[in-house]
Amino acid sequence: MQIRFLLLTSFLSLSLLPSAQAENALRETTLDNGLRVIVKEDHRAPVMVSQVWYRVGSSYENDGITGVSHVLEHMMFKGTPKRPAGEFSRIIAANGGRENAFTGQDYTAYFQQMEKSRLKVSFALEADRMRNLLLQPEEFAKEIKVVMEERRLRTDDEPQSLTQEQFTAAAFVNSPYRHPVIGWMDDLENLRTEDLREWYQKWYAPNNATVVVVGDVKADEVFKLAKQYFGPLKPSKITPTKPRQEIEQKGVRRVTVKAPAELPYLLMGYKVPVIKTAKESWEPYALEMLAGVLDGGDSARFAKELVRGSQIAAEAGAGYNMYNRGADVFNFAGTPSQDHSVADLEQAIRDQIKRLQDEPVSAQELARIKAQVIASKVYELDSPFYQAMQIGTLVTVGLDPKLLDEYVDKLSAITPEQIQQVARKYLVDDGLTVAVLDPQPMSDKPAHGAMPAGGGRHGR
Amino acid sequence: MAANRNTINFMTIQPRKQRPMFNNARKIAVFAVVAVFSLLPAPFASAAPAIQQWQTANGARVYFVPAPELPIVDVRIMFDAGGARNGGKGGLAQLTTSLLNDGAGDLNADQIAERFGDLGAQFATAAELDSATVSLRSLRKPEVLQPALDTLALILRQPTFPQDAFERVRKRMLIGLRQQQQSPDAIADKAFDKAMYGDHPYGAPPLGTEESLNALTRDDAVNHHSRYYVARNAVVAIVGALDRAQAQALADTLVGKLPEGESAPALPKVSDLTASQAINIEYPSAQTHILSGQPGMSRNDPDYFALYVGNHTLGGSGLVSRLSEEVREKRGLSYSAYSYFMPMRDRGPFTMGLQTRSDQADEALKVMRDTLRTFVEKGPTAKELEASKKNITGGFPLRIDTNKKIVDYIGMIGFYNMPLNYLDTFIAKVDAITLPQIQDAFKRRVQPDKMVTVVVGRSAAQK
Repeated sequence: MQIRFLLLTSFLSLSLLPSAQAENALRETTLDNGLRVIVKEDHRAPVMVSQVWYRVGSSYENDGITGVSHVLEHMMFKGTPKRPAGEFSRIIAANGGRENAFTGQDYTAYFQQMEKSRLKVSFALEADRMRNLLLQPEEFAKEIKVVMEERRLRTDDEPQSLTQEQFTAAAFVNSPYRHPVIGWMDDLENLRTEDLREWYQKWYAPNNATVVVVGDVKADEVFKLAKQYFGPLKPSKITPTKPRQEIEQKGVRRVTVKAPAELPYLLMGYKVPVIKTAKESWEPYALEMLAGVLDGGDSARFAKELVRGSQIAAEAGAGYNMYNRGADVFNFAGTPSQDHSVADLEQAIRDQIKRLQDEPVSAQELARIKAQVIASKVYELDSPFYQAMQIGTLVTVGLDPKLLDEYVDKLSAITPEQIQQVARKYLVDDGLTVAVLDPQPMSDKPAHGAMPAGGGRHGR
Repeated sequence: MAANRNTINFMTIQPRKQRPMFNNARKIAVFAVVAVFSLLPAPFASAAPAIQQWQTANGARVYFVPAPELPIVDVRIMFDAGGARNGGKGGLAQLTTSLLNDGAGDLNADQIAERFGDLGAQFATAAELDSATVSLRSLRKPEVLQPALDTLALILRQPTFPQDAFERVRKRMLIGLRQQQQSPDAIADKAFDKAMYGDHPYGAPPLGTEESLNALTRDDAVNHHSRYYVARNAVVAIVGALDRAQAQALADTLVGKLPEGESAPALPKVSDLTASQAINIEYPSAQTHILSGQPGMSRNDPDYFALYVGNHTLGGSGLVSRLSEEVREKRGLSYSAYSYFMPMRDRGPFTMGLQTRSDQADEALKVMRDTLRTFVEKGPTAKELEASKKNITGGFPLRIDTNKKIVDYIGMIGFYNMPLNYLDTFIAKVDAITLPQIQDAFKRRVQPDKMVTVVVGRSAAQK
């Protein structure tokens, strides 16, 4: 995600990479307190990844406290009565572990990667902070500053991220997907320890979490350990969020974002269903295939026709996340080449959409995408972490992880006519939002003018 | 499953901490897709895979680890043909690498892309300062693997560098340069390298400059390829469900018909800095980005383990490192604060970095400097050293837990001519490091009063 120039061209590799385990390879149990535990054994190397997924994220947040899920994720490293701030990370480090956490729209997750015998270390610590977090005001006062720095780093000083944030806020009116995961700065400035405490009490409980372990472990032993460490935790009464289903869009929305930048940037998003919301269960898969036709690597239409052929785009991407909790947008994004404007690029993308609506995709193109999907399913077996991510994502939004095994078959069943149908039904102006980054001059010529001649003092 | 939208989400998903410099394509050019070994924090040990090694008839060195568990094959072909071999023509190595799959033999770019696409094979290239790497991941079954290898061999041996593709890729690189100019990180990196390495090839921006890119010709790429993409300048790393004979056949298919050629000559030696240097670059960002450092260590450095283990305490171990503790945990000044050595053919940079709200930049820089000074004077405590060793050695299995990681490691071992038992001895070497060795190595190798410091952000007057 840090290689920004490649962001768009890497859509495919992500979009066509869902998990590959055979269905019978997943073992699952639910503890009496409601905690789900899912295990996938992979005995290639003597390691394991353990992840704890909570059903909470920015799409659970209300106005005024945006970013609270993510700030709480930071605070989860700040101590319990048993273990003071920082102790969690020190213990994991001393056990040779790598750890981190991440917050998305639909989930908050914590993970450790360790040598296989250390699973109990991970469970002991995670169980402790699931119910016993301290949330001290003095720790919060420091950590909220860190999060504000993170926002400056990732969003405020990143013109494309800034555009993305405005795009999302324009595309959604009443759906909580309008909020940035990191939160609006004003909300961060006004967040209080009590907001976090309330959030923690509301969502952090065994019956609102799933533990996913992938690696060189035995499922029955994992279940036993889970029972030992998480079993004593009390469940909470979890009140589901209100649906907050996005209202129907009634026409194109356009946003301009002016920011100091060198290059323009275009984002287009069409409202589409996801698996959870689709009335026709094949439609999300047809949209996924559509994304592959346009952006399935170097041989797909965007690379072939927009980057190499007409050279209107320096880069162009298309993609879609069908595993979201609520209805989402199907996105297009790109940067025009030197000789072209953002308007040219938008027109080129619209022409590509029109072609999908008018002509069925060739059998050869579909076969090529399927070949890539099938191979990618095998390749991803090389990454236990990624497999755990997929399982956790699906389970946390309320989908059956079996869908991961059905992915190839469901995609393979999609016909050219179905792709045409979803293009006609969803890629239409009434559900479209367009955001454009309008580059403003940098105050100076930073990269050149201000730099003194370097190296003059070298000892050579 | 994640697509466009989700990729973008990934930018808004907030990992709690990261090591931006390791993720940040610091030495990777903008087009690079593959994981690049020198960005891995370091080497590994214990139940290390047994590496088989041989040489093709025309002189390419091959490194192979059988991995029968999954029906896939990963290959890296690394040439000593990175940005350090630009020969004053900035951006040439990157441009050459990027053009490889834009035409080869009778095939044009579309046909090459379709061949790999039809097979589900993944092709990628990357140019760093030291190396130019071509990677392939393919299914093992012969009806897929063989045509994928044949196509790759053609790309390595007979790229055609079509003039129109040359112009297009150059234009994309020019866009890449402008993209860097809207990133305070990238601006800081460039200034940092230039100040640290001066006229040494490591000091030149890997993507070149507008001027250097505009001066490149197709012939430059053709010549760069014919000089450096030769067997004696190549290392092949293979991990997959193959036996030795199959791996040998694979290597012969890929590089057996390359001209023998010559290995690249030694690089000029990196010089020490003789004084500290401060570079302030005005930039309209909310945060000020700070980098501070000096030439560090090489991949085969005699002080490698002392510096690596020592730096783990200083700034190499995420949140529990001293820099992170002082800058982030105690003061909330930055989302990330870190230090690392990037071992390269010659001495790659030792770098400390952070980003902070501009009005706090002076304070943060002072904390960073004080932390380094104290560390160089006194070294880690016994407890810190113990914790570092436990983390490094205990986490060793994680370094080699996927085929991808193993192929990156054996590529590195081959490329830098490291001992074949490097992985087997890694844990023992880390465990053997003592406090005095770290103190001695840091005192000799890190001079806090001779650092290059780059500050990119709003100047005091504008804060």
